[in-house]
Amino acid sequence: MVARTLINVPAKAKRGEVIAIKSLISHIMENGFRHDNVGKPIPRDIITSMVCTYNGEEIFSTTLYPAIAANPFITFYTVATETGTIAFKWTGDNGFVIDASAKITVE
Amino acid sequence: MSVAAIPRRLAVSAILAGALAASFLAASLLAAHAEIPLNERRSVYEDMSADNKAMQDDDTANPAMLSVLDGEALWQAKAGSAQKSCADCHGDAKDKMKGVAAHYPAFDAAAGRPVNLEQRINLCRESHQNATPFSFESKELLALTAYLGLQSRGEPIAPPDDPRLKPFIEQGRALYDQRQGQLNLSCGQCHDDNRGKSLAGNKVPQAHPTGYPIYRLEWQGVGSLQRRLRNCMIGMRAEPYPYGATEHVNMELYLMWRARGMKLETPAVRP
Repeated sequence: MVARTLINVPAKAKRGEVIAIKSLISHIMENGFRHDNVGKPIPRDIITSMVCTYNGEEIFSTTLYPAIAANPFITFYTVATETGTIAFKWTGDNGFVIDASAKITVE
Repeated sequence: MSVAAIPRRLAVSAILAGALAASFLAASLLAAHAEIPLNERRSVYEDMSADNKAMQDDDTANPAMLSVLDGEALWQAKAGSAQKSCADCHGDAKDKMKGVAAHYPAFDAAAGRPVNLEQRINLCRESHQNATPFSFESKELLALTAYLGLQSRGEPIAPPDDPRLKPFIEQGRALYDQRQGQLNLSCGQCHDDNRGKSLAGNKVPQAHPTGYPIYRLEWQGVGSLQRRLRNCMIGMRAEPYPYGATEHVNMELYLMWRARGMKLETPAVRP
């Protein structure tokens, strides 16, 4: 099944307001250190980075490592400056790329 | 030792033996019958950390909601040689499936025994969609079950008032009271008699299935009540029943009956 994402960005905010942004994505985050039931190593399959942009400008990015649990939940704060789109991009092993975005109206 | 003293001593030891026997009897009765008073029942949710509660309460932070999204897509997807989706017959789940999950397991006349929600979904797949059933604990089956469970969130758990279910509830109860495994424990010895006490740093829960399928942080994924039951059985070093076994379903039925009236939290988050 395709990766699912859940984005929580307030639909409306006042200019200059500090807003919480929450993101959740489905991913197994297989750390690459485990073996299957016949002793064969299970290859690493993780998300390696997440980048968030606000009207095209990068406002947050992070690198993810094997110790991060499945379905990474990343939350951070930013200042609502203008009406527009907050976009997320996750990239990972085996060509994993997922985009998601949310609209915000700033008054 | 005077002759007169002997009967008195005998009498004392007879009383002691009697008291011991009575306490053993009381203990064995307790092991089988210490049901939690209805108003003292509590969901594990109430004992979770503030962080875990926040995770369950926020649908954009609850990782089980990712599975719900999969379930919603599956509900709409045409499947099997009949090329019918769940929605083609049942309609909008938000409207039509409200309260359904709170009534499972329910009696299936064709099978002559109760079936749980997962089995009901698979029966539907086989008989109406002509599709192959999903395997237990597959991503798909858990997703559909979580999606249906969500439609009953906040509803009171209400096992069907069906006389045909009575003997199966009793079988589930008997299994719950049955000592099992190398540790020779019954479910009730922990979850009734020692509820709320500490076990390896954790509070012993009352074992009410209020939020299945759950997202368990330890699993890093969604799992069914049967998976949880198997965990417990392995913990008491008993041979766990296979997925879909009638013993499991009877146990689920008894547990839902035991939790009757409590609010369904599906999809819940548990540590």
